[in-house]
Amino acid sequence: MEKPLTQNIRTDGAPLYLKEYEQAGGYQALRKTITMTPKEVMDLVKDSGLRGRGGAGFPTGMKWSFVPMGDNAPRPKYLVANGDEMEPGTFKDRLLIEAKPHQLIEGMIISAYAIQADISYIFIRGEYTEGAEIIQKAIHEAYEAGYLGKNILGSPFSLEMHVHTSVGRYMCGEETALLNALEGKRATPRSKPPFPQSSGLFGKPTIVNNIETLSCISHIINNGAEWFKKLSLTGEGGTKLYGASGKVKRPGLWELPLGTTLREILEEYAGGMRDGLKLRGLLPGGASTDFLTEEHLDVNMDFTSVGKVGSRMGTGTIIVMDDKTCPVGFVHNLQVFFAQESCGWCTPCREGLPWVEKTLYSIEHGTGQMEDLDILSFHTKYLGPGNTFCPLAPGAMEPLQSALKYYREDFIKHINEKSCPWRS
Amino acid sequence: MAKMAKIIIDGKTYEVDSSKNLLETILSLKLNLQYFCWHPAMGSVGACRQCAVKKYRDENDKAGKLFMACMEPVVDGMRVSIEDPEAKEFRAGVIEWLMTNHPHDCPVCDEGGECHLQDMTLMSGHNYRRFRYKKRTYRNQYLGPFLHHEMNRCIQCYRCVRFYRDYAGGDDLNVFGVHSSVYFGRHEDGVLENEFAGNLVEVCPTGVFTDNTLFQHYTRKWDLTSAPSVCVHCGVGCNTLAGERYGKLRRILTRYNGQVNGYFLCDRGRFGYEFVNSEKRIRKPMLRLSGENRLSEADEETAITEISAIIKSSRKVMGIGSPRASLEANFTLRSLVSERNFYWGVPEQEFSLLTKEMNILRQGSIRTPSLREIEKCDVVVILGEDLTNTAPMIALAVRQSVRQVPVQSATPYKIPHWQDAAVRELVQDEKGPVFVATPYATKLDSVARTFRGSADEIARLGYAIAGAISSDAPKADNLNEEVCVLSESISKALNKAERPLIIAGQSLKSEAIVNAAANIAYAMRKAGKNVELCYTVPECNSMGMVMMGGKALDQAFHAVEKEAMDTLIIMENDLFRRDEKQAVDRFLKRFKNIIVLDYIENATTERATAIIPVGSFAESDGTFVNNEGRAQRFYQVFVPNKEIKESWRWVRNIMVTSGMKEFSRWKNLLDYTQALIKEMPYFTGIDTITPPPGFRIAGRKIPREPYRYSGRTAMHADKTVHEPKPPEDVDSPMSFTMEGYRGQPPSSLIPFFWSPGWNSAQAINKYQIEVGGPLHGGDPGKRLIEPLPNAKPSYFTDVPKAFAPREGEWMLVPVYHIFGSDELSVHSPGVRELVPKPYIMLSPDDAARLQVTSDSELELGIGGQVERLPVKINLGLRPGLAGYPVTLPGMSVVRFPVSVKISGVKK
Repeated sequence: MEKPLTQNIRTDGAPLYLKEYEQAGGYQALRKTITMTPKEVMDLVKDSGLRGRGGAGFPTGMKWSFVPMGDNAPRPKYLVANGDEMEPGTFKDRLLIEAKPHQLIEGMIISAYAIQADISYIFIRGEYTEGAEIIQKAIHEAYEAGYLGKNILGSPFSLEMHVHTSVGRYMCGEETALLNALEGKRATPRSKPPFPQSSGLFGKPTIVNNIETLSCISHIINNGAEWFKKLSLTGEGGTKLYGASGKVKRPGLWELPLGTTLREILEEYAGGMRDGLKLRGLLPGGASTDFLTEEHLDVNMDFTSVGKVGSRMGTGTIIVMDDKTCPVGFVHNLQVFFAQESCGWCTPCREGLPWVEKTLYSIEHGTGQMEDLDILSFHTKYLGPGNTFCPLAPGAMEPLQSALKYYREDFIKHINEKSCPWRS
Repeated sequence: MAKMAKIIIDGKTYEVDSSKNLLETILSLKLNLQYFCWHPAMGSVGACRQCAVKKYRDENDKAGKLFMACMEPVVDGMRVSIEDPEAKEFRAGVIEWLMTNHPHDCPVCDEGGECHLQDMTLMSGHNYRRFRYKKRTYRNQYLGPFLHHEMNRCIQCYRCVRFYRDYAGGDDLNVFGVHSSVYFGRHEDGVLENEFAGNLVEVCPTGVFTDNTLFQHYTRKWDLTSAPSVCVHCGVGCNTLAGERYGKLRRILTRYNGQVNGYFLCDRGRFGYEFVNSEKRIRKPMLRLSGENRLSEADEETAITEISAIIKSSRKVMGIGSPRASLEANFTLRSLVSERNFYWGVPEQEFSLLTKEMNILRQGSIRTPSLREIEKCDVVVILGEDLTNTAPMIALAVRQSVRQVPVQSATPYKIPHWQDAAVRELVQDEKGPVFVATPYATKLDSVARTFRGSADEIARLGYAIAGAISSDAPKADNLNEEVCVLSESISKALNKAERPLIIAGQSLKSEAIVNAAANIAYAMRKAGKNVELCYTVPECNSMGMVMMGGKALDQAFHAVEKEAMDTLIIMENDLFRRDEKQAVDRFLKRFKNIIVLDYIENATTERATAIIPVGSFAESDGTFVNNEGRAQRFYQVFVPNKEIKESWRWVRNIMVTSGMKEFSRWKNLLDYTQALIKEMPYFTGIDTITPPPGFRIAGRKIPREPYRYSGRTAMHADKTVHEPKPPEDVDSPMSFTMEGYRGQPPSSLIPFFWSPGWNSAQAINKYQIEVGGPLHGGDPGKRLIEPLPNAKPSYFTDVPKAFAPREGEWMLVPVYHIFGSDELSVHSPGVRELVPKPYIMLSPDDAARLQVTSDSELELGIGGQVERLPVKINLGLRPGLAGYPVTLPGMSVVRFPVSVKISGVKK
């Protein structure tokens, strides 16, 4: 089984710096890239079927194709790596940043070449201090080696690269809020259209890609689109970093073919549930995805298949809920996070999420009323995409709406017994 | 012509303008849809999510999807529903969300009764509260004398910061915090720095920012007697709504005029009104009885008899008119004393400069833009005017004009211009070309490229620009490199512009600046370019004054030196603000009788032998002409005690009693206006800018009071239980009561904005033909000055010499203050708090040379007197110049140009 993203990762936890990375074939893809035209690079990525690994799964090549090209295109153009990994339960980009920084940098240079960007930023979650230092050092090495800066490897192409550490808002993971934050403004989302591809950072054409997405790029260049497609089991292309957290025997992170089933991930790699516990449900791709249950374990973890069963693959990092954990408390915990991380821009999210959180708290603590279920349903109905300004609140509603579907009797029991059955 | 689109709203087809968003379109169709964050002057950002409607893909789509109307471009064939049950439920939900934290303190909230949030809540149908948890609370801030802050009421629509920062250019109001505890305020307590902060009263959809001056004498909107008025605090002529109760003027709001001030006012205009209630108001006639030295109160009849007797027995009566009095008032006084003996109470210098400005506009081929049109200009060159302090609303308009060029870049991206947030992201900090040439640093500098120098240096720059545009224009010689480079780049910008504008004025008392501005325009015209020219004027009727024409104060001084006169009538004018004290003293000493008509005690009324109490703008009707040459009618708001009458009515009564019987046929204001037109035909049309007094709709007058006006039968019950007969208004078709026509009045007669379900100022939507456009029936007022297309004016040639500082001497330059330089507004307690103390402004170089700092005091010899003034250092001022705040309380009046010597320094 090929594991391009994680191969050659050092077992001692230290990052793969330039020398080792080059020894392992690093920057060969870049050398190849500068002999290609930007359009050829873009087409190759398009053909590979690579879809954004940040959660939404938007085809990467298509995203790039919206960037204005040619001599009349506005300048400078920007490429931004989204490393603001704040989705609860998600810890995949961290590995790629800390263990293989040059894989990301090389991917970024190639991507920047494809869209003819002039300046690139790596936007890193504030808590990833170690990762930021590693990336900073790696960027320095790349500059020294002529992979960054003016006339990269003697070609006419030039690129600047900077690290920006976030001051810490979940909102910054949303690409337009990230751009506002990068400009030094409040991290509130922007309306789309215009999309960042045409008016992004400082009003100029900008591509924002996830760390894992960018880390795939050099391998596509090296091995071709067909190879990349074949890495996956279901045709969506590539491998995927899958993670599992919760009360499984071996929580962790594994690079597996895209489309590996939930059962395989949980049972083979995570080692199944801890002894004495049963699987009650799981969030397949971070806190803002719908619950799946036992019956869905044979679904392939890819964007299309998970979508078909009413959830999203999201970031591919699974949060497992066992049968000794209260689903109401579980969802409440998530809503505390979402309510706190609302940016405060639009009414439904700013005012709705705290209401949801308070309602769940009172149900969990025995002061819930039967009408509260209507209030929760009101929110899951109306905090939907398009009704709110950005996807934060709709994402927050995904675990809630599915919890109300799968664990409704637990909610009712809380209300009727005026306490949490798991607490007594 | 706008591209039209057919859209279907709730099954009905409408033909609409496709350049607008759906919300604007719905409101323009006079349909009701709730909204908060969208503002007609500020565009859409999509924050509040209140204006949700259902949109359907096609006729087969029955489910539809919710969309925010303010973010949806109008597209031909679009199908939407406002009434869809889900859309209604969602909109009620948004209100319910907002209400989770709103304090529901309407009974004690100043916004109550004219609150957009109340209106929208009712419209949404939300009434039953399900949220049963604690509300969040905030600490409020002290924001200065004008605004009251009550953050708990905030619904986080972001309008305040968008207005304050994005629209008005302020930076000390911001949004702090996140999630459900977002805070709008300053980083710490303190006076809001922006001169337009008062607009937050109307911009805020609820009671977070309320009028603190109203709070001092609070009255609900429905209890106010209101009338359409015109601001008296500068020459721009913003339209206002003035409201009264119990004989006190309570507040000023914006009266929308699509051609003038739109939705906004400056803080001097909004909060300067309290002089009307001042303790210094003159409320009774004062006469000097025989054998007594001091004045004593007299009743109206005695006053008329006595004054008429004085006039009858006088051999010669001189009249002094005023640019702060209406056309009609000045004309009536002129009729009394005859044209020969009528003088304007302003110095010759100011009068001739203003006359020159008028002549350039009236006899030339250059058009002067309206305030709204200034916003649309793409390149602006400002010569010598500190607009924020001399004509604040023009400064606000220029701030919008800097967006004209950059906003165009949104078009290729297919970003509609109403999509404010997206346009701002795209445009970033890019600004269109604005050039400010002033002696000292001004607030507009933040959006402009600047030039600093004396009045003469500024004029030389102007000449250099004209010379760079057209080779036949007179050029300044010996230009330094800075002026050469700057004039070159300004001329380039002007040549590229589609709608360039030159702004100048008489603030620096420089004829050369007025001329140089005209030369630039002439040169542009010669080069076949489009150009407009705007001159600021200092007072509300300065332009009316010079249009009437006549003689100035210097000539009056001269006349009495030559010929003895016994009686002087001064109308609405404090001569001690106009010229040096000794000169005015000498002048007044020439008269036996000095009759002063005014509303506020001042240095001139102190010298009067008879004082007549006249109505301020709030107690008078009349016509002013603003800097644009727009004649505008203002209306009496309330009837004060019976002795206070309009100047023109008092003068006419005196004329009739003293034997000039022909004036007895002047019965109401229209008679005066028509007599004025007869004598001065260039005022033709000002009698029809508003309906005549006999105008009725369905036989009814226009009520100044809303039909919910309360307490009429009780408010005078302490004096009599019989309800007094309401006062009659012979001068206008408006009543002083709540009875009358309840529909929309003609645009010049709007006493307040109200529409069923729309109690706040947002009701303006219903009065406009389309949102943000002209009022139904056209925006009120009439432009009296239009260019002559075939005029071929010749260039001015008075290029001044370069300024050379002289050792030990400082050339004074006039400095203006929005709060302080205006005569009337400083009598308002709120404004008074913000008036700076007397000072002299020095350049950093001179301050260093004199070894003085901001705490030092300088001793100056000015006009034979010695003054001690503290120093303020201005980074922009050039060495050899010293800034002298004019007409600031405590400062002497000097004649410019003047140089001073510093006779002492106290460190």
